[in-house]
Amino acid sequence: MAHSKDVKKNGPISKGVSRRGFLKGLGATSLGVAAASKSELLAKLEHAPSPNGTLLGKNAVALTLNINGKIHQVKVEPRITLAEVLRDNLGLTGTKTGCERGACGACTVIMEGATINACMTLAVDAIGQKIETIEGLESDGKLSKLQESFIENDGLQCGFCTPGIIMSSKNLLDTNPKPQLEEVKKAVSGHICRCGTYPKVFESILAAGK
Amino acid sequence: MNKFEYGIAKNIEGAFDFLKEPDSKIKAGGIDVLDLMKEGLEAPKRLVNIRSVPDLRFINKGENGELRIGATTTLAEIESSKTIKAAYPALAQAAATIATPQIRNVATIGGNLCQRPRCWYFRSEDFHCLRNGGDTCFAEDGENRFHAILGNEDDCVVVHPSGTAVALMALGARLVIAKNKEKRELALADFWVTPEDDVTKENILQHGELITEIILPKPRQNESSFYFKQQEKQSFDWPIADVAVSLKLKGKQCEDARIVLGSAAPIPWRVKAAEQVLQGKPISIKLAKQAADAAMKDAKPLSENAYKVAVFKAVIYRTICWAAGVDPFAT
Repeated sequence: MAHSKDVKKNGPISKGVSRRGFLKGLGATSLGVAAASKSELLAKLEHAPSPNGTLLGKNAVALTLNINGKIHQVKVEPRITLAEVLRDNLGLTGTKTGCERGACGACTVIMEGATINACMTLAVDAIGQKIETIEGLESDGKLSKLQESFIENDGLQCGFCTPGIIMSSKNLLDTNPKPQLEEVKKAVSGHICRCGTYPKVFESILAAGK
Repeated sequence: MNKFEYGIAKNIEGAFDFLKEPDSKIKAGGIDVLDLMKEGLEAPKRLVNIRSVPDLRFINKGENGELRIGATTTLAEIESSKTIKAAYPALAQAAATIATPQIRNVATIGGNLCQRPRCWYFRSEDFHCLRNGGDTCFAEDGENRFHAILGNEDDCVVVHPSGTAVALMALGARLVIAKNKEKRELALADFWVTPEDDVTKENILQHGELITEIILPKPRQNESSFYFKQQEKQSFDWPIADVAVSLKLKGKQCEDARIVLGSAAPIPWRVKAAEQVLQGKPISIKLAKQAADAAMKDAKPLSENAYKVAVFKAVIYRTICWAAGVDPFAT
C-alpha cells in the first residue's frame, strides 16, 4: 500500500532499529486525559470548523483516538487508515493487515460496539469513537476466557487470522453470551482462515460461551 | 492511496459546499471509494464525508404509508430493521447477504447503489479498459466467466454489482436526488445508464449531486417479495446470479409480478417476458420454470459463461416459488 511504500521511501532506518520500533516512535503519545466527545475532538483539529463541517488539508493533522480505554494522540494524514495507525504509529500490532481491501477480516476491530475492518476505515473517522483491539482483551497479564478457549480448543494454526476472529467472537459474546452454532458461523463469516481451521474456531467460541 | 483533503460535512449544505471542488468524490461508508483509490483507479483531490451527516441516516414511515430510507443508512441497519423485514423482505434479504458483517456495519445503501462494477479488468490499473476511458473491452474475448449474459452487445460486458438495487427495483423504489437546494425524485429503474448510452458511468448522477433518500411505496395488498443470491462459496461472495421477485397474490393466483435480475447485465435487468408468464395464473413449480425459461430466452452468453444461463434458470424459478410460498423442491 501507498503508505508502507512512503515509509520505506522516507528514509533510511538505521541499523539496530527495527521497522516496528522506528515507526512506534513516530508521533504517538498516550495521554492520561478523559475521553472527549467527537464534536469537541473535531473542534480541536487544526482547521477551524465551520457550522457546516470541517475541511482538513491533505497534510498530517493531530488526532485523538480512544483505544482500549486509553487516549492516544497521533499526527497523520487524512488518507491514513485506522489499521495503519494501530500498527505503525501505536505499535498495536495484534491487529493484522492481510488483503487491505476489507475482504479477509484480519484487521477486524470493534468500534462503538460494531465490528469493522480497520483497513477500510480512515483514522480520522475513528476520532471520538471507542475502539477495541485484541490488546484490550487481557487484563493484568491474564488472557480473557475467550482467548484461553482458542488455546484450549486448538482454535488456531498459524494464528494470523486469529486476532480478527477473536474480535468478531468477542462482539458476538458481548451481546449473545450463549450463541448457537449458526450464530457463531454468521458472526465470523467475514473472516478467511487460510489454514482452514474453521471447525476448531467454532468449537473455541462455543466453548467460551458455555 | 493519494493524498487528499478531507471535508467532514456536518449537514447536507456542508456536503454541497465541499463538493464545489471539481476534483472531489463523495465518501459515505467509504468501502468502494477507498478500494478504488487503493487500486489507483481514483485519485481525487478531495474526499467529502457524508457519513457524518446525521440527517441522511434514518428509516422512517412517510405520510402516505411509504418507507423512506436515508442514503447513509447502513446495510446492517437495513438487514435488522423489523419494518423492512416485515414489509419488504426482499430488501432485508439482499442487505443481509452483501459482503461481510464488518462491511455491512459500515457500507451504506446509497453507496451500495452507486458502487462501481467488479469486472477484474475494470478494477485493475494494468488494463485501460473502455469503462476506464480506453478503447478495448478486455472481458469480451478474455476471462469472462462472471460477466454479462444479457444486455451485453454494446462492447462493455460488466454486470451490475448491487444486490440491494435488484431488490429495490422489484419493490418499485424511487430515489430522491439533491443538488444544493434543488431536489428531484425518480424511479430507481430510470437511474441506470447502459454502456450504449455512456460506457464510463453506471448511473445518471452528475458531480455535485447526492442521493439523499430511497423511497419504498406502501406495500400493495397481499404483496410478497423474495431475494436470493447464488454464490460460489457459502460465506461472503459476489453473486453469480441474484434475483428479486415481488408478487401481488390472491391465494396462489398471481395478479402482478416484478422480476429483476442482478449480475446478469450491466444494469439491474427487469424481465417482463417472465412476469407475463405468471400474470393471472396460480404459481406452481411448472409455471415458475416456464417463467425462468422466458427470462433467459434472450440470453447471449460469452465464451466462458454459458453456465450462468442454467444457474439463472434455477435461481429464478426457486425465487418465484419462495415469494409465492411454494416449496420449489416438492415432488
